[in-house]
Amino acid sequence: MSLIRKTAAELGALVASREVTAVEVTQAHLDRIAEVDGRVNAFLHVDAESALAQARSIDERIAAGETLGPLAGVPIAHKDVFTTTGMPTTAGSKILEGWRPPYDATVTRRLREAGLVILGKTNLDEFAMGSSTENSAYGPTHNPWDLSRIPGGSSGGSSAAVSAYEAPLSTGTDTGGSIRQPAAVTGIVGMKPTYGGSSRYGVIAFASSLDTPGPFARNVLDAALLHEAFSGHDPLDSTSIDAPVPPVVEAARHADVAGMRVGVVKEFGGEGYQPGVLARFNEAVELLESLGAKVVEVSCPTFSYALPAYYLIAPSECSSNLARFDAMRYGLRVGDDGTRSAEEVMALTRAAGFGPEVKRRIMLGTYALSSGYYDAYYGQAQKVRTLIMRDFEAAFQQVDVLVSPTTPTTAFPIGERADDPMAMYLADLCTIPTNLAGNAAISVPCGLADEDGLPVGLQVMAPVLADDRCYRVGAAVEKAFESRWGGPLLSRAPAL
Amino acid sequence: MSAITRDEVAHLARLSRLALADDELDHFAAQLDQIVGAVARVAEVAADDIPPSSHALPLTNVFRPDVVRPGLTPEGALSGAPAVEDDRFRVPRILGEEE
Repeated sequence: MSLIRKTAAELGALVASREVTAVEVTQAHLDRIAEVDGRVNAFLHVDAESALAQARSIDERIAAGETLGPLAGVPIAHKDVFTTTGMPTTAGSKILEGWRPPYDATVTRRLREAGLVILGKTNLDEFAMGSSTENSAYGPTHNPWDLSRIPGGSSGGSSAAVSAYEAPLSTGTDTGGSIRQPAAVTGIVGMKPTYGGSSRYGVIAFASSLDTPGPFARNVLDAALLHEAFSGHDPLDSTSIDAPVPPVVEAARHADVAGMRVGVVKEFGGEGYQPGVLARFNEAVELLESLGAKVVEVSCPTFSYALPAYYLIAPSECSSNLARFDAMRYGLRVGDDGTRSAEEVMALTRAAGFGPEVKRRIMLGTYALSSGYYDAYYGQAQKVRTLIMRDFEAAFQQVDVLVSPTTPTTAFPIGERADDPMAMYLADLCTIPTNLAGNAAISVPCGLADEDGLPVGLQVMAPVLADDRCYRVGAAVEKAFESRWGGPLLSRAPAL
Repeated sequence: MSAITRDEVAHLARLSRLALADDELDHFAAQLDQIVGAVARVAEVAADDIPPSSHALPLTNVFRPDVVRPGLTPEGALSGAPAVEDDRFRVPRILGEEE
């Protein structure tokens, strides 16, 4: 089997045992990128020279007898919202074109410390705002299952890179579903850890109370290995949880749901859901039952208001966070001809540097926070957030995990929702409650929809700091489905 | 709840420091009106006695010992600046002619 088809765990073991060098593994992925990325557009920046240098250094350390971690020498695609020294960081925006950050994000630093080889930076919706990568200032990424369709978003470059075998692993950030939704529509695994379980330091901020870095991989164990490699307490992030990383790798190896209580969220389904998505979801629920899980229906009535609450809270936080792009200290500056004031230059720069979705959200947030509207919009949304957290608490007294489809539909065609913000926002219907409540959730493949032959994701939600339950259930579902399918779902994707 | 008018968008754009073109004002007015109409649904939830949550986790202030740690060098801090002069960020004029 070619190196690019192997799992991250296999590649790490091959490199550690010196059966294959990290340089060979890296070169195989660079070749794949050269072959397919012209059509996929997963990467905004590929640094072959730096990747090969990183790989050589891993090979040298292993040759010298050093024992490195399980992912040493494994290539990774890194979402272009994490700061990286030595590589540009754009957040998919023209306002940061060509910017080279003076420091590494904590996640970046931990990838380097784990010996992962960073191949380059992946495309995303501008400032991680979107569900399709169409909001990138650098052109959309294409879904490897069908190049005319979206790969999800905002971390669509990362989901496409992994599903196109350009990298075995990638990073993402999930503010309203930006890891789970792209994973679902590209047929791979994506995990949103508990909020505060992975560091936001050096992640270009969108909505600070929601932003959560997490892993993408082609299987549950690889996702767990990456989760463990970059998570854990970080004193540089004031909302980082000072607690051990949940035992995610052990859980991924313990694919057993016998006796677990699984709740099906009643509110997710019906109108707006594609029949083929619901059919695959119902099969996954039946599968869990056949594996010994006790399935019950659970009602979370406030979840119906999660989407409107999110589209008040997230834009409010973004309008504040993006005030830092002021054309003074870094990034784009437009119109500074010696006659204009700083404020005029600022307004011209922001108008030229931000795309339409970012402008919409900044203005929506500014509106929601305005005097006279604050209580009715932002204040009320925060109260709804409390009620959503209470719905989760009540549900998790009855069950160990909750399940739902990850997305209401499969990947939609590029362009279909591009100028219809409300239609685009619906892609995150099932993923948003978890962000508002801060708990953990994973998306794992559960089959192809009959209508279009495109991947469907099963979402598994667990309580705060019970991330391991997502991996345990995810691994059990993966194992059972793969034995039914005769291999991973992704092996059924058309060749690129 | 008031609908979002073109004038309102112009006001929001000014507050947001976005120099929008005229055609953008019309486009955004229609879209923001639709979005605000949809998110206003939060008002349907009876939540008078419910405390607001700014955050998912119970958080208190985080403190650390006040010790000197390495930070960015002046070169690092200025490395992405649009304009630099004498180890400082060079910015357009901040005060108006009359001030």
